[in-house]
Amino acid sequence: MDHITFLVAVVIVTALAFDFTNGFHDTANAMATSIATGALRPRTAVLISGVLNVVGAFLSTEVAKTISGGIVDDTLVTPGMIFAGLVGAILWNLTTWLLGLPSSSSHALFGGLIGAVWVGAGAHGVHFDKVVEKILVPAVASPLVAGVAALIATYLAYRITARSREKSVTKGFRLGQIASASLVSLAHGTNDAQKTMGVITLTLISAGALGHDAGPPLWVIASAGLAIGLGTYLGGWRIIRTMGKGLTDIRSPQGFAAEASSTAVILTSAHLGFALSTTQVCSGGILGAGLGRRLAEVRWGTAGRMVLAWLVTLPAAALVGGLSASVVTHGGNFGIVVIALVALAVAAFIVLVSRRDPVHASNVNETHEVGLRGPAPASA
Amino acid sequence: MQLDWTGLAEVAAVSTGVTVATVVVFALGVLGLARAEAAREGDGATDAVGLGVAGLCFLACAAVVAYGIYLIVPQFH
Repeated sequence: MDHITFLVAVVIVTALAFDFTNGFHDTANAMATSIATGALRPRTAVLISGVLNVVGAFLSTEVAKTISGGIVDDTLVTPGMIFAGLVGAILWNLTTWLLGLPSSSSHALFGGLIGAVWVGAGAHGVHFDKVVEKILVPAVASPLVAGVAALIATYLAYRITARSREKSVTKGFRLGQIASASLVSLAHGTNDAQKTMGVITLTLISAGALGHDAGPPLWVIASAGLAIGLGTYLGGWRIIRTMGKGLTDIRSPQGFAAEASSTAVILTSAHLGFALSTTQVCSGGILGAGLGRRLAEVRWGTAGRMVLAWLVTLPAAALVGGLSASVVTHGGNFGIVVIALVALAVAAFIVLVSRRDPVHASNVNETHEVGLRGPAPASA
Repeated sequence: MQLDWTGLAEVAAVSTGVTVATVVVFALGVLGLARAEAAREGDGATDAVGLGVAGLCFLACAAVVAYGIYLIVPQFH
């Protein structure tokens, strides 16, 4: 194991930490609407989602062959830059979690890497045309498609079942939601855990611990799967509240339509080779489902803040990634220790602030707002 | 830079079509089930048509789910 230097070990730990925040952040994608409509109890929902994420991680053999899918020049990437990029991604994921905003973990990772490579290797290391093709276009198109599909489906579902007893209808769609939410979780596990496995595997290859073209060793698959599964199980309840209650008041037919459209968009685009953000697809589906029920209230303020977070995610993670990269390139191992300690301190601060208005399994459905100012006075 | 507009349009058309079709079929199944439940609680009769429609619809949806799992799991193809 003499190939595993201090730097490589730090990168692996940081990659697993990112994987954890990835699961934590994205539980909401699959489970928020099921939790909001009561199709699944909150604890059951995150357990199913966590297990399916681990299963998905083991199922997929299609591990990312490049760190970034061509967005940055992989030959210029050093383990130090990967570390800096991961720090940017983790800190942005934690910040948006604190604010209860569903933002894309993939965009955070790409943003962090873009910033780190830009600072570490120069602007020529970043392929800006690929950024437009692989990130910007799908980011605009996929939530729109999911939203329109969910809107039409919700409208029709309500038309068809309009004269039936509400109790039977709610029960039927709740059962359907369990299946559709599970599919989203499984698809998530096969996609997102692969990214971390790819990052760790390529770091090991660049350090000489693995041969070129080597697949991920079992311990990499297992640890990446467990990190994302554990993150999913612990659940980013703040984001679950926003997606299940904050954007619109979801009922079970809407939840089913939203999840069906998200699954369809994720699977068709993966089949045709489009990379997209699960978070944005699912949020688009939920908004469409909100509009599809007549007189349903969509909280445009919350939706607006969410879209703003989407726009800022990549540049913000890039900024932190770039700053970290400049410290790491100039400071060497000492710089890495400094950045790691600063990142830990910021993460601890964010967790402390979140304690002032905690959101957890037992209060996730109580209100639609995620606050920072301590518990509101209890109203009767 | 070249964008794969055809692919994008394909994703949009296929996913919208699949979503709407699945949700409509599922809604019809729920409708059948709701009718059968109402009949049972009303006069205790068995609404065979309602149950049959529900069964067929849910079976069709289960097939879509199975195809989804097939697409997700690479070992199957």
